[in-house]
Amino acid sequence: MNRKKTLCALAAMLALSLSSAATAAAHAELLAHHAAAAKAANPAFAGFSVERGRLLHTRSFAGGKPETPACTSCHGNDPRAAGRTPSGKNIDPLAISVSPARYTDPAKVDKWFRRNCIEVLGRECSALEKGDWLSYVISQ
Amino acid sequence: MNAPVRPLAIGLLALAFSAIVLGRAQAGGGHYFPPVADPLVREECGSCHLAFAPSMLPARSWARLLADLQNHFGDDASVDAATAARIGDYLAANAADSGGRRYGEKLLRGVGAASSPLRITELPKWVKEHREIRNTEWRRREIGSRANCTACHRDAERGYYDD
Repeated sequence: MNRKKTLCALAAMLALSLSSAATAAAHAELLAHHAAAAKAANPAFAGFSVERGRLLHTRSFAGGKPETPACTSCHGNDPRAAGRTPSGKNIDPLAISVSPARYTDPAKVDKWFRRNCIEVLGRECSALEKGDWLSYVISQ
Repeated sequence: MNAPVRPLAIGLLALAFSAIVLGRAQAGGGHYFPPVADPLVREECGSCHLAFAPSMLPARSWARLLADLQNHFGDDASVDAATAARIGDYLAANAADSGGRRYGEKLLRGVGAASSPLRITELPKWVKEHREIRNTEWRRREIGSRANCTACHRDAERGYYDD
């Protein structure tokens, strides 16, 4: 009986570590994709920065919609806490420590970068900005 | 012969009662709008706001909304063409004047056949049902917007708007 329990626990741990490995691989691939784009835009590109990502996330911009000057306008100041849309819908926390399923679907990531960058910055984000920002939320 | 009249009567009464309740539930009681069942539609239409029930607007309104997702009440909600087509098909099939008629018919009262309203909150019936709510209520931080159904209707995600 005890042996059965131990086996079950081991299987569960294996499944969990496999799925988090898959998530980590998806994140690495996403960052590599943006790194290639950043390098193409600027040959002097020397890697993404968590700190630049944090600044981008918390900074206010004047180019977008006045109601949403910063990422934090909807996502809130704490990336580990839930955000809220203007119509009251909860937004899952950005930090992957709390929302491990995030940033595993590149099409979804692209869609929200496009929409949200236009809303906050008034333009699309550069590959450098996207990579910095992703590095920040993945580090959280 | 001594038939158990009383238990039988009670049983029949209970049956009749549940039949009435069930009948009302099926008719919707006027405040049930089946939530979006399609996962793609729920994802695309439910990220920023509650995925509004298709039976809350006529098909022509949904078509108008989908035709201009880039300017969706001030936001860019555009999706790729294939996704838009699938969302459009689902909404058209379950709209208040098609598959969702038995739920949405009442909500469409007073909406002319030639008009295609874009805001559920501007339907005459919606306005009438919410007439007692003051403007100061609507502006409360937890509510924020008339589109925030769940702030007051706790079961709106599941389609119930009785409270």
